[in-house]
Amino acid sequence: MSSNHVDTKKHLKIYLTVYISLMILTGVTVFASYIPTTVGLGITLALIIASIKSSLVAGYFMHLIAEKKIIFWTLVLTAIFFIFLIFIPLMSVLDPIKY
Amino acid sequence: MSLEIIPYTIEVREDTGVNNAKLGIWLFLTSEVMLFGALFSSYVFLRIGAASWPEGSSILNIPMATLNTAFLITSSITMVMSWLSLVEKNFSAYKKYMLVTILLGLAFLVVKYFEYSAKFEHHLYPSTNTFLGLYFLMTGLHVLHVIGGLIMNIYLLLPGAKMWQSYPERFTNRVETAGLYWHFVDLVWIFLFPILYLL
Amino acid sequence: MSTEKHTTHELPFWRKYIFSTDHKIIGIQYGLTSLVFLFFGFCLVMLMRWQLAYPEQPIPFIGDWFGDSNAPGGIMLPEFYNQLGAMHGTIMVFLGIVPLAVGAFANYLVPLQVGAPDMAFPKLNMASYWVFFAGGVVMLASFFLPGGAASSGWTSYAPLAVVATVGQTYWLFGMFLIITSSLLGAINIIVTIIQLRAPGLTFFKLPFLVWAQLVTGFLLLLAFPPLEAAAFMQLMDRLAGTSFFIPSGLVVSGEILSNTGGGSPVLWQHLFWFLAHPEVYVLILPAIGIVTEIIAVNSRKPIWGYRTLVYSVLFLGFMSFAVWAHHMFMTGMGTTISTFFQTTTLIISVPSIVILTTLFITLWGGKIRFNTPMLFALAFLPMFGIGGLTGLPLGLNATDIALHDTYYVIGHFHYVVAPGTIFALFAGIYFWYPKITGRMMNDKLGKIHFFGSLVCMNGIFFPMLIVGLAGVSRRLWDGGQQYAHAQGVYHYNETMSIFAWVLALFQLIFIFNLFWSIWKGKKADDNPWQSTTLEWATPTPPPHGNFATPPVVYNGPYEYSVPGHSTDYLPQNKKV
Ligand code: HEM
Ligand SMILES: [Cu+2]
Repeated sequence: MSSNHVDTKKHLKIYLTVYISLMILTGVTVFASYIPTTVGLGITLALIIASIKSSLVAGYFMHLIAEKKIIFWTLVLTAIFFIFLIFIPLMSVLDPIKY
Repeated sequence: MSLEIIPYTIEVREDTGVNNAKLGIWLFLTSEVMLFGALFSSYVFLRIGAASWPEGSSILNIPMATLNTAFLITSSITMVMSWLSLVEKNFSAYKKYMLVTILLGLAFLVVKYFEYSAKFEHHLYPSTNTFLGLYFLMTGLHVLHVIGGLIMNIYLLLPGAKMWQSYPERFTNRVETAGLYWHFVDLVWIFLFPILYLL
Repeated sequence: MSTEKHTTHELPFWRKYIFSTDHKIIGIQYGLTSLVFLFFGFCLVMLMRWQLAYPEQPIPFIGDWFGDSNAPGGIMLPEFYNQLGAMHGTIMVFLGIVPLAVGAFANYLVPLQVGAPDMAFPKLNMASYWVFFAGGVVMLASFFLPGGAASSGWTSYAPLAVVATVGQTYWLFGMFLIITSSLLGAINIIVTIIQLRAPGLTFFKLPFLVWAQLVTGFLLLLAFPPLEAAAFMQLMDRLAGTSFFIPSGLVVSGEILSNTGGGSPVLWQHLFWFLAHPEVYVLILPAIGIVTEIIAVNSRKPIWGYRTLVYSVLFLGFMSFAVWAHHMFMTGMGTTISTFFQTTTLIISVPSIVILTTLFITLWGGKIRFNTPMLFALAFLPMFGIGGLTGLPLGLNATDIALHDTYYVIGHFHYVVAPGTIFALFAGIYFWYPKITGRMMNDKLGKIHFFGSLVCMNGIFFPMLIVGLAGVSRRLWDGGQQYAHAQGVYHYNETMSIFAWVLALFQLIFIFNLFWSIWKGKKADDNPWQSTTLEWATPTPPPHGNFATPPVVYNGPYEYSVPGHSTDYLPQNKKV
């Protein structure tokens, strides 16, 4: 970890930028929810914005963007199993036989 | 005494590039991802199968939740600033930022308290319908996480901060680790907010 | 790291043996606790076996211990039978095998085998044991509740479990504690393996047991949380009146349930099996690891295909997250989904076969020493083989329709877990006992224990396959007495029960041996089996901090019978 002074100034700037983007995106989500759209579009939009926001938090506040390989790969593994989890509800719609 | 003999408690191991706490907290967070992932998955499952589903915005209070979102996001940046202050060896700034982080967390809980009591006043309970059940379950679990984080942060602000004198690197690491957890709690809320309130 | 001896400045008794942070003490605590639970779980099933063999006859000798609400006149009521069954499964899996295979073996051995002074987080380690202990206490306490313990099977299927007596609530609380404990333990094990490896100990020099425990750690870490989520939901269904798992219009005892309904019982099954299939690999992988170590040492040969083993176990661990719905073929999933899970199930059986094959090939041409641990390890191979092969017809849709929920399934998984995993755990206990105590366990008693157990285990579980093929359902209070199709195989119930009780007698020999040898066993030196791995390079028993000097690793884990050396083994920390 660097405790170099120039470095921390740079950090500070990045953090502020991220913070402002997060606030703006929150506003956009709320605003968009008042615009009448189809349910599908609404869900897609909200999830996309949420994903962007969470990537910002994970990437910058949690320093994932410069994190070590081992942590990165652990997260990739988790992401895959997360997708398996999301497969549960999809199974009930994907299958042509209804129950 | 057992601390001294365990390698890589503070220093980074060369071939993995991390120390023990960093790896440990990330592993913990992966399990949290699976916990909330299962809840999200159940949410979608139940919603797809439901005969009817209320619109979150018609039952829940969006302005309050937006305010809470702002609280948590702001607390995330103050948390990261408190860590950065320690890296810069500025202990008094650390204390200030940490205090603000804690206050913002408390503010979140206060808002949540009003939200919950408003629901109960209108006789909206977990048993009212599956949507409200999920709302109370998911936000309740999240609130538990916030409380856990607050306890940790208060510890790091008050009794735990003594370590800054004896063992500054280790203390900085602790604050960083606590921060990772706190940002994760923020991150979960970022998903809960649209899914429960806006869709 | 300091090289001077870690001074044993005397800790008070309770810090040294009760609330210890030393991984070895914690490992022993886990080991003894889980052995007690295993025996207790076995006692529960011995009672059940009386009811199955001699339905509605009073239980001899101890029949009036259970009270009129459970067994009036010593005759077991169906409700009590269900409690025993549910708690047998729960205790064996979550309080017996897993804490023994992971809690005890990983805790004791992983730091030693990677050359570390302790686990990465010693305090967390202690917490994980005591949380587990509390979970066990909650589970046991539930027997004394009105209505008794949980009675909806170890799978706690909804909606049955949702409307069950208060014992189920305790079950859920107990599970929360056990899950928390497993998560803490898993994080500790993974971090220890990745971070605390001794200098020179690269990943591909790790003993295979360490690999197995690493994968197991990830399974516990990532598979348990969905069950935790599900347990929260079931708890809310029970206490807060939600309907996550309750369908609309459910009628219980002639009355429509007051819950609003709209939930899905199948959701519980998804979340449960998302944990529970990886969980069965949690049961088997450490066992495979233990067996591998013992086979290498006692055939004085390098493991054939070490890397193949490692890749197989990684693949197994990964795939075990993608097969869970093979437990749910009969829930009415459509054919597309069924086919998908049938395919993944067949794929996952390939690495199992690969593992078995490499172990068999390792034996080929070895100078095999038939001591007690080796006998148990050798018996593991065919027993696990039978268990795995009987899984294939279950994984195939068409055949599972007939076999699902019959005694065949019970036979299948008991073959894997009982003469499989438990034999491996016995092997491990006999094998590492001299490191823990400085004395060998008695070999003669060990062999009696082994042969007796081998015969009895097969006497119990093979007939189950036959009974199941005849179509007899599991979880029947009377063992199928009243069904026409059970008449031809019904008599096996008595056979199985007698074997079960005799099996208990042989376990008494083991228990005697376990304690007797502490004081009377043959003295052992630091490396009694002439083994290569690091745990044998410590003093016996290993002191706090483990190694006299921090080890440096030069060699692979299985350098046996290397040509050109004075000994037939080359310790990992010996420079050549
Ligand atoms: C190697 C290949 C394996 C295959 C193909 C396989 C397949 C299956 C299938 C399809 C079932 C569901 C049967 C049904 O309910 O109709 C099942 C049940 C089960 N298996 Fe396996 N299995 C294998 C290995 C294992 C292992 C290694 C273990 C444990 C150590 C295990 C433990 C269990 C348990 C505990 C159940 C029953 C759970 C219950 O319903 O209570 N299996 N197996
Ligand atoms: Cu399975």
